[in-house]
Amino acid sequence: MVEAHFPILTCLILLPLLGCLGVLLIKTPLAVKGWALGVSLAEMLLGLCLLQFSMGTADFQFVESVSWVPAWGLRYFLGLDGISVFMVALTLLMFPFCIICSWTSVGTRVREFFICLFVLISALIGVFSALDLVLFYLFWEAVLIPTYLLISLWGGPQRDPAALKFILYTLAGSALLLVAVIAFRMEGGSFSIPALAAQSFPAHFQKWMFLIMALAFAVKVPLFPFHTWLPAAYGQAPVAGSILLSAVMAKMGAYGFLRLGLPLTPEAAHFFAPLIIAMSVCSILYGGLLAFAQSNLKKIIAYSSLGHMGFVILGIFLFNLNGVQGALIQMVNHGITTGALFAVAAILYRRSRSHDISANLGLGRFVPALMGFWGFFAFAGFAFPGTNNFVGEFLILAGAFERNLWLGAVAVPGALLAAAYMLRPTQKMAWGEPSTAGGWRDMSSREWISLLPMAFLVLYMGLAPTLCLKVMNPSLKHLMGAVQSRKTVTLSVDKAFSTAAANQNDLKDTLERGGRP
Amino acid sequence: MKVQLLFPELFQLLLVAGLFVQSVVQRDRPGQLKNWLPWAAGVGVLVALVSLGQSGLLFAQIYQVDRLSQFFKMTVSLGFFLTVINGVGQPRLERAKTCDYFLFMALSAWGLMLLCSTVELISIYLALELASFSLFPLVPLRTKSLSGAEAAIKYIFIGGVATTVGLFGFSYILAAQHTTDLNQLVHMSWSHSPMAVLGLTLFLSGLLFKLAFFPFHFWAPDVYEGAGNETAAYIASLPKVGAVAVLLRFTPLLKPGMDITTTLAVLAAVSMTYGNLAALVQKDVKRILGYSAIAHAGYLMVGIVAGTAMGVAAAGFYAFAYVLMNFTCFWVICRESKGGENLKLNDLRGLSRRAPGLALVLAVGAVALVGLPPTAGFMGKFFLLAAAWNRGCNWLVMIAAGNVAVGLFYYLNLVRYAYTKKCSEASGTAPEIEGPTSVLSLFGGLFLAGLVILFGVLPNLVFRMLMP
Repeated sequence: MVEAHFPILTCLILLPLLGCLGVLLIKTPLAVKGWALGVSLAEMLLGLCLLQFSMGTADFQFVESVSWVPAWGLRYFLGLDGISVFMVALTLLMFPFCIICSWTSVGTRVREFFICLFVLISALIGVFSALDLVLFYLFWEAVLIPTYLLISLWGGPQRDPAALKFILYTLAGSALLLVAVIAFRMEGGSFSIPALAAQSFPAHFQKWMFLIMALAFAVKVPLFPFHTWLPAAYGQAPVAGSILLSAVMAKMGAYGFLRLGLPLTPEAAHFFAPLIIAMSVCSILYGGLLAFAQSNLKKIIAYSSLGHMGFVILGIFLFNLNGVQGALIQMVNHGITTGALFAVAAILYRRSRSHDISANLGLGRFVPALMGFWGFFAFAGFAFPGTNNFVGEFLILAGAFERNLWLGAVAVPGALLAAAYMLRPTQKMAWGEPSTAGGWRDMSSREWISLLPMAFLVLYMGLAPTLCLKVMNPSLKHLMGAVQSRKTVTLSVDKAFSTAAANQNDLKDTLERGGRP
Repeated sequence: MKVQLLFPELFQLLLVAGLFVQSVVQRDRPGQLKNWLPWAAGVGVLVALVSLGQSGLLFAQIYQVDRLSQFFKMTVSLGFFLTVINGVGQPRLERAKTCDYFLFMALSAWGLMLLCSTVELISIYLALELASFSLFPLVPLRTKSLSGAEAAIKYIFIGGVATTVGLFGFSYILAAQHTTDLNQLVHMSWSHSPMAVLGLTLFLSGLLFKLAFFPFHFWAPDVYEGAGNETAAYIASLPKVGAVAVLLRFTPLLKPGMDITTTLAVLAAVSMTYGNLAALVQKDVKRILGYSAIAHAGYLMVGIVAGTAMGVAAAGFYAFAYVLMNFTCFWVICRESKGGENLKLNDLRGLSRRAPGLALVLAVGAVALVGLPPTAGFMGKFFLLAAAWNRGCNWLVMIAAGNVAVGLFYYLNLVRYAYTKKCSEASGTAPEIEGPTSVLSLFGGLFLAGLVILFGVLPNLVFRMLMP
């Protein structure tokens, strides 16, 4: 544990909330937007302090620990390791991106919109930095209400059922998570995640807890068959909502597996790994097939998200370093790529007033820059070599082959499907006839500003992922080490038990046959 | 006898006396009430806060002043204060009856305060009657309302039957155990005598009626619907606090695995599930809150069933939080229904446009009742569930946690109608074009919502009062 000299994480959580107060004092919509952008940039600048993160250690850093409710053992306990630092960085990156992307798309209730967005961002940073289970759960659930409001107030025409489905589904998934939190406390004597991760719980207990947690996380990711809220929510949310849902909130589920599922219940994770792997392979293939069948751009991106997150979960449950490295990199990259794709879709919508492919045909001649960006991010989306997703998917597939030849062979078609469902709309949009783009304006400077950093990151992460790997490796190695060591312990115990049982059976057999042992 | 032990009760009695004098002397000028009653009730809260630390046994060991009772008295006086500021200007109350109305209300709150401290069955019974009977006349005081009269009759009959049953049970307990002292009763053996257990069950049912606990819940939605909004706010929250305070005295009796514990646990599960499911289809906002009250009675019982010091603290915290959350919702209802009529969900349409501040307050109240962070409702549920885990009814904890997801839908409906549904032009009945909400009502609501969030973020403030 490395204590923070300066409570940087608390500041990152509080700054957006203070930004809300500022919004209340400002009257004109334009000034509110300017203020929001200012707050988000200030938050990013503040986030630069996280560059002090020291590589080469698996310890938690920037740790803040204050007693919160002493009678119940609750602590205000924050910290980052090589896993969560990426998630916080991703959230910080998406914050100004969302604001720039929704600059013109929010017409009504501008102040309320930014208040929701600020609260959401601060809750998301809280989820990724909380090291106390109750605090984690608190931030986890605090995400729901602002997201619900974002979808139901500023979403598309079908927003009301979409928002309702989203919140009912996710809350139903995570309601029992609170029971798991309490059960861990009673069994392990603490709410602190690092302290609990150092203990080993009885196998039976682990299995129940893992199932409860997996339900909450699988709904959030989402994994097949818990994905049915996804197309509606992603499709109907306003652009900032879609970006945050896909880029950051989907990661909450995967992060939950990495932070709680694997370290706290390693044996159960091994026990249920085939099930989770099957679910993730289904997500990859089914998501890919569904994406291929869509005619609505946002739905294509939504289902492609399902497939990509399937890869992430697959990587996590391979239990080898390649897989989990790939998963974490893929989490970041999927955030960047999908966020950018949603942004491009929103830019197109501003011109065509439709998300249908048929309303966005033949863009190549009229709006080459915009089409270029779509093509670029679409290529990144199906993991073209040299782009960021390639690194993640490659590592995951390598891990899958390392674990089992057949598993790798099943996952590969998912990558192929991605190429198919991304290239089909791209081709139509670039060269489709008759063109609907006559008279459109190409990208404005604000749109350039929003997409260029994303394009840069796509290439940077694709060509030079070493730095990221260096940051995450110690934590991931520590995680894998802990999981593997406990697995071997249980396996040897199991073996001892089973040999004993077998001996006994032999004994019984011999006795039954009337012979002497 | 030390007088300072009784400060909260004495002050409340003083309030009752003051109201009585005004009711007799200045019947025609009830406007005077506005000038002093809110302040006096506010001072009552301060008095109760100051006397939190007192402890002692009075009146031949039947009146126990301790941390728990003082905390609950503080909650009652806070609730009374909120009732007063919520109800002084209510539209559906005849001017001439205003003083009587508050007189009975103060008397009922006084009865609840006594109830928090009594540890002897007869005095519990008397305090309970005092609290109930003062409440009965309040329900029909809603003018021009037949449903008010109907609700009053239901309330009186069911309440009367419940207390009679309680008294009957009391006689069995006395016959079987030969004492009425609660502190002795809870440490006695109950297994040898079925008559005593039967008596206890009957006696508890009198309390469970106050709590609107399944199967004594039938009155709740009807009475809430029929009573005036301000009266319903009181009935919905404070009698529950008194009932919980007494039930908590029984906790040493409720060991895990005992029949009565299991029965209460099962009923708690049924109560929360039934309340939540029935609320799903309601259209009247007060009926929604009525069924939600049944569900919350189930949640409160989780802490009582837990039976530990933690459970007691959790139930205390939740009762306190429930008073705040409930008043937060009722505050908006009372402000929104300008003529004192019942609000339907449809009347909430467009609230966020008409009165953004009140809509926010309603949203905070609803989110707190669901039990989502960062509100006191979340913390309260968390403490309850944590206290009940490993006390022999983990299934109850699971059901309680699952019920949060069921309850979400209808609480969210309040937010949904207030925020996302537009006013339908055709209906035209919705009270749209009225002046902006007054500053006072807005600040009152924001104050309540602020408290709900404050105690959700810093629950330790409450625990410091409850467990020194």
